[in-house]
Amino acid sequence: MRRLGLLLACLSFTTLALALDAERDFTDPELQQRYETLAQELRCPKCQNNTIADSNAPIAADLRRALRDQLGAGRTDEEILKFMTDRYGDFVLYRPPFDARTWLLWLAPGLLLLAGLISAAIVIARKARAPIPEDTDTGTDIA
Amino acid sequence: MWRYVLPVIGFLVLAGFFFVGLGRDPAALPSPLIGKAVPAFTLPSVEDPERMVSSDAYRGRMWVLNIWGTWCPECYYEHPVLMEIARRGDVPIVGLDWKDQREPAQEWLKKLGNPYHANAYDEDGRVGIDWGAYGAPETFLIGADGIVLHKHIGQITLEIWERDFEPHIQAAKKDHAPGRTS
Repeated sequence: MRRLGLLLACLSFTTLALALDAERDFTDPELQQRYETLAQELRCPKCQNNTIADSNAPIAADLRRALRDQLGAGRTDEEILKFMTDRYGDFVLYRPPFDARTWLLWLAPGLLLLAGLISAAIVIARKARAPIPEDTDTGTDIA
Repeated sequence: MWRYVLPVIGFLVLAGFFFVGLGRDPAALPSPLIGKAVPAFTLPSVEDPERMVSSDAYRGRMWVLNIWGTWCPECYYEHPVLMEIARRGDVPIVGLDWKDQREPAQEWLKKLGNPYHANAYDEDGRVGIDWGAYGAPETFLIGADGIVLHKHIGQITLEIWERDFEPHIQAAKKDHAPGRTS
């Protein structure tokens, strides 16, 4: 059990490794923290299931550099995200916004689960109400 | 009866979604620049570092921006189409040589021909980001008023040019016909 706990503890550190950039970290720890957080909020437009934090693509490196420039220039998080969506659209946000176009995307898993549970409940309820069949000897006798 | 019909309906609905969805290109991001003002830039030209290429120079006429690079195979394949578009002479093509190197770019133009009215050299890719570039080739149509009209991601063909770009060009020509106030 202790080894399992140790293994889980080791695995949980994997998301903190962010050594893709050759540039040094920001000396200001708050800026560095914002950089790491925002890098996980932006999608790489080329390898589209990765954030720019964990993509090797050149465009991801370019966007990380743009992120550093924006942070260095003192922009707020909202301004930076707007900078990105102005150029790449909502798709560059790793978490799509919840609005009139994306509500189905967000709610579909929950709705499908709900539909599945309701169907299961109906089927179980029906089976519960059906009379238990008499134990008639319909099998072949192996005697 | 319903227990047989409902799954079929469910299947047809899903099939409909898949039919539409799988026919789309997931890598093609719609551009938020459409309908907005062109991202202004001034960069040295590919051929001559002393000469500047600026988006402002094209105000007042329709033009095309083509983002390309010598490292991009699709740009190689679409090059003959760009030559043909340049030959037709309807709109000038301005190149944005994106994250490339000068010498290979100059060699490329010498070897394959130069369809570009002007070619801006964007070595570090900063201007490319302003245009939302993520994979060359990308081709934009910009109106005379400086508003981005259309973006095509990927290799351009004459068919795509005639289907997606020409209508805007012809419409603009009509607006400038004599007797009309623009």
